[in-house]
Amino acid sequence: MSIYTYETKKDTRSGFGAGMEFLSLTNPKVVALCADLIGSLKLEPFIKNCPERFFQTGIAEANMIGIAAGLSIGGYIPFATTFANFGTGRVYDQIRQSVAYSGKNVKIACSHAGLTLGEDGATHQILEDIGLMKMLPGMVVINPCDYNQTKAATIAVANYNGPVYLRFGRPVVPVFTPEDQEFVIGKAIKLIEGSDVSIFATGHLVWESILAADILKEKGIHAEVINIHTIKPLDTQAILDSVKKTNCLVSAEEHQINGGLGDSIAQFLATTMPLPQEFVGVYDSFGESGKPADLMDKYGLNAASIVEKSLKAISRK
Amino acid sequence: MQTQELISIASQVRRDILRMVHGCQSGHPGGSLGCTDLLVGLYFEAMNLKLNASNDQVVFNMSGLGEDVFFLSNGHISPVLYSVLARRGYFPIDELSTFRKINSRLQGHPTPHEHLEGIRIASGSLGQGLSVAIGVAQAKKLNHDSSVVYCLMGDGEQNEGQVWEAAMYAPHHKVDNLIAFIDVNGQQIDGPTEKIMNNRDLQLKYEAFGWKVLHVDGNDMAGLQLCLANAKQMLGNDIPMMILMKTEMGAGVDFMMGSHKWHGVAPNDQQLEEALNQLSETLGDY
Repeated sequence: MSIYTYETKKDTRSGFGAGMEFLSLTNPKVVALCADLIGSLKLEPFIKNCPERFFQTGIAEANMIGIAAGLSIGGYIPFATTFANFGTGRVYDQIRQSVAYSGKNVKIACSHAGLTLGEDGATHQILEDIGLMKMLPGMVVINPCDYNQTKAATIAVANYNGPVYLRFGRPVVPVFTPEDQEFVIGKAIKLIEGSDVSIFATGHLVWESILAADILKEKGIHAEVINIHTIKPLDTQAILDSVKKTNCLVSAEEHQINGGLGDSIAQFLATTMPLPQEFVGVYDSFGESGKPADLMDKYGLNAASIVEKSLKAISRK
Repeated sequence: MQTQELISIASQVRRDILRMVHGCQSGHPGGSLGCTDLLVGLYFEAMNLKLNASNDQVVFNMSGLGEDVFFLSNGHISPVLYSVLARRGYFPIDELSTFRKINSRLQGHPTPHEHLEGIRIASGSLGQGLSVAIGVAQAKKLNHDSSVVYCLMGDGEQNEGQVWEAAMYAPHHKVDNLIAFIDVNGQQIDGPTEKIMNNRDLQLKYEAFGWKVLHVDGNDMAGLQLCLANAKQMLGNDIPMMILMKTEMGAGVDFMMGSHKWHGVAPNDQQLEEALNQLSETLGDY
């Protein structure tokens, strides 16, 4: 029986909407932009509370990024919002030049990341966004795990001065982290203490990692589970402290293996403490239409897969 | 300011442009020379800039609050912007000699990354500046700041799709504290714009998008002064302003005019001498 339980399931994008509602009342410098997806981004409360601080851009994401950069020059804290595919890959050069290279205080906040967007299929299921964004010098990349953490992250990034990519999703997932928690950018959270294998997970895969640790426990294996909500800057100290105990690791993410959390960890450990590492993620493939849960099973983004990879990592010690 | 005074400054700016591009044997003299009169007219007369009360020197603030701000979207004509900013007092004139060289704040294309006073956004990858200028204009409205935002684009740049996203947005959101320019020199890298990608009637296009459109000869200082003053008067009616500015690429240097050849080519020693002989040194070379 896990030490983590939940009473409700909610979507992380609603956590973003709740964070924006809080900011509408508490931070007059926060402005929001959206490219014709207000409902999907849960922005209605923000717009209701401060309509003058909301900018509808229509289906024109490139222009939205530029306008956000301009608003930041004028002293505002813009949240540019849309689906993750259209807010990163589609407008990469706009983010690169007008936001990252220009050092602007713009928050790119995107929902519907990954396979769990479901039935719309691969055109919308971006699995490369973490990689694209983490490659940009100075860009902070955050992928929170549940409703409460997404709300906290939204509030935290408004208080951070610099470009941020905040990634969240569409499906309802267990709400298991505390309400009104503090969110510290770049500070990983140890969820389960263990000594046999370290599981570093981000986003929707954090809950699956907790489930995996329960299954491993039944087999007499003590997995340590760490929530890496901030992929960049990476909490290298937390990673090192954990693998020094466990001597092997698994990364788990709803993203391509290329460019994801796992490869950031591998790059760090290759130069500090090389150890057997296994990767749970999508292997050089596009997604497809289907129910979110079915897709996660088909592409091996679930507790069973994390268990399998953990056993493999342990066997390679 | 007297027209003759502005013309005199423009002559020095053109000398700076040629010497900067010659000094590193790279950069874009053609469009820079063509837009010299506009940037001089803006920074030395039309724009209300924040000044230090004690010595009347310009003061740079990233936010641009309470002052007019200018955005160069076609960042490759950075030499004219750098020269005008230096001559206006934003940074030391001697720094112009570092243009495009290693460890310089004067990068090939403008950027705030190296903290060069007067630069608020990176440009160079085309099509992005108008969006940024609109965002700044909207921030001014939120701040109840009645100053004006200016933005210059190229005519070749009109090929970029993002320009038209911004063109649609500004009238819809009543961004009427914005004056944009298109440098209509009819040239882009691969040849005349008509042949490479025909813009057809830019006036009809922008009017259809909801802009007020004016025309000006961008190499006639007196005409520019009048146009800039008029445009400012016409702001504030829910409608953004677009000025189609006809220029000659390479204006001021006879052998550089009328061709796209000098878009991105530096003069050699002999060509530099020949060009400088046509432009008087009015403020002293750096």
